[in-house]
Amino acid sequence: MAHRNVIPVGPQHPVLPEPIHFDLVTEDERVIDAIPSISYVHRGLERLVEKRDFIDFAHVADRICGLCSFMHSLGYCQAVEEIMGIEVPQRALYLRTIWAELSRIHSHIFWLGVAADAFGFESLFMQALRLREPVLDIFEETTGARVILGVCKVGGVRRDIDNDSLKGIVTRLTVLKADLEEICNVFINDYSVRHRLSGVGFISREDAYALGCLGPMARASGLAIDMRAVGYAAYRYLDVEPVVETAGDCYARCLVRIRETFHAIDLIRQAAGKTPEGPIDVKVTGAPDGEYYSRVEQPRGEVIHYVKGNGSRFLQRFRVRVPTFSNIPAMIKVLKGSEVADVPNIILSLDPCISCTER
Amino acid sequence: MSEPQEIEAVEKCDLVGIVAELFSEGYRLVQIGCSTLPSAYELTYSFDREYRFRNLRITVTPEESVPSISVIYPGAFLYENEIHDLFGVAITHIAVDYRGTLYRTALGTPFSVDNVKLPEPPKPKAAVEKQGVAKERAEAPGTH
Repeated sequence: MAHRNVIPVGPQHPVLPEPIHFDLVTEDERVIDAIPSISYVHRGLERLVEKRDFIDFAHVADRICGLCSFMHSLGYCQAVEEIMGIEVPQRALYLRTIWAELSRIHSHIFWLGVAADAFGFESLFMQALRLREPVLDIFEETTGARVILGVCKVGGVRRDIDNDSLKGIVTRLTVLKADLEEICNVFINDYSVRHRLSGVGFISREDAYALGCLGPMARASGLAIDMRAVGYAAYRYLDVEPVVETAGDCYARCLVRIRETFHAIDLIRQAAGKTPEGPIDVKVTGAPDGEYYSRVEQPRGEVIHYVKGNGSRFLQRFRVRVPTFSNIPAMIKVLKGSEVADVPNIILSLDPCISCTER
Repeated sequence: MSEPQEIEAVEKCDLVGIVAELFSEGYRLVQIGCSTLPSAYELTYSFDREYRFRNLRITVTPEESVPSISVIYPGAFLYENEIHDLFGVAITHIAVDYRGTLYRTALGTPFSVDNVKLPEPPKPKAAVEKQGVAKERAEAPGTH
């Protein structure tokens, strides 16, 4: 009979530099159970609404996470705008869409690099991070910041991108696309990459649905769940097509992120071509009195920002449900039955963001 | 664009039955959220099917317990543990019960009614003006 061991993984681990911990119960080389522990760095940001004016709180929402910074402020601002009945100018909606898709590109490329590092392909990691730089440069030129953008505000956006710059962004993304195709060719066709990812960390469509999977993890198992289809910001004017794979393994999750990166480049091209002239914000008067669940598609899946106000400048409740939190039950399911050596790849293929989870 | 959102208040005793119905209709569990009221908690269960967003809401006092829905939606156990640890709401029969160790916060149950001070709603404009007039009169010379 195999001997049972408990292997602790995290909160510090060479391929998972995020504060999440798993107790892996193993029999020989096989994982038979996984018990996650979170809350190592829980920040209690949701309760900061008691001390911050609802307008200023957009800055706090921006700081929930680095990779999805813009998406958090977007979701929060949308919720407040819905409660207050604010009509955001069309130009601001398009600019929000462009920054959101740039965030998706930078997050997915970063994930590709980290994944390459996890399966021991260091030069591919460096190439991926090199290609992420142009996106960060665009952020810096258009917002003045590279990570925490701070451009989304209740009623619109803080900065405009002139039409020449929009054309310039599209041109630079066309160059980036060509470079990306080169490294993505390695991710898709390299024998060792396929060997490490194909057939590993499988989750069926039914299990993914029942366990509440979101984002690339759900779409890699054949579930076409993509909140952009709801039509927030300027997505209703663009051709959004959820990227779906059916294999349900780590390789399929990698393919989804690669295809989504190219789709995001195409969405930016579409949005830049349609961005209308006009103001970028409206004046906000009053305070939110009501409640709303704003749903936004982050790089990791659907994020929910719930806002409840009673007409005062301080909100009664702000809640964020991040996709990583919703993906944890599926992560446990996937880990059970896997080989110990595959655990880092499996966890990384889900792209957990503990910064978001520990909001 | 405003996404239609339905929020339906239900009785606590009907919750599990309605959730089972939604499961059989193919709804996915989106989230379970909790809000602190002056002396109660409001639990909202959100579901989605083909982008139709539905919410069930129950209100419970701090002494009441709530039945778990993790037997229907296995992924619900994390939300339920979170609500227990942050709000102190007792949830019975959770599939994977961390017994208060999912969140190890410095302040126990930081979102409970004892710890949260809800903002005062603004005073109606008429009342504010009335107060102002009364104050002016009181301060005016010759009125004492």
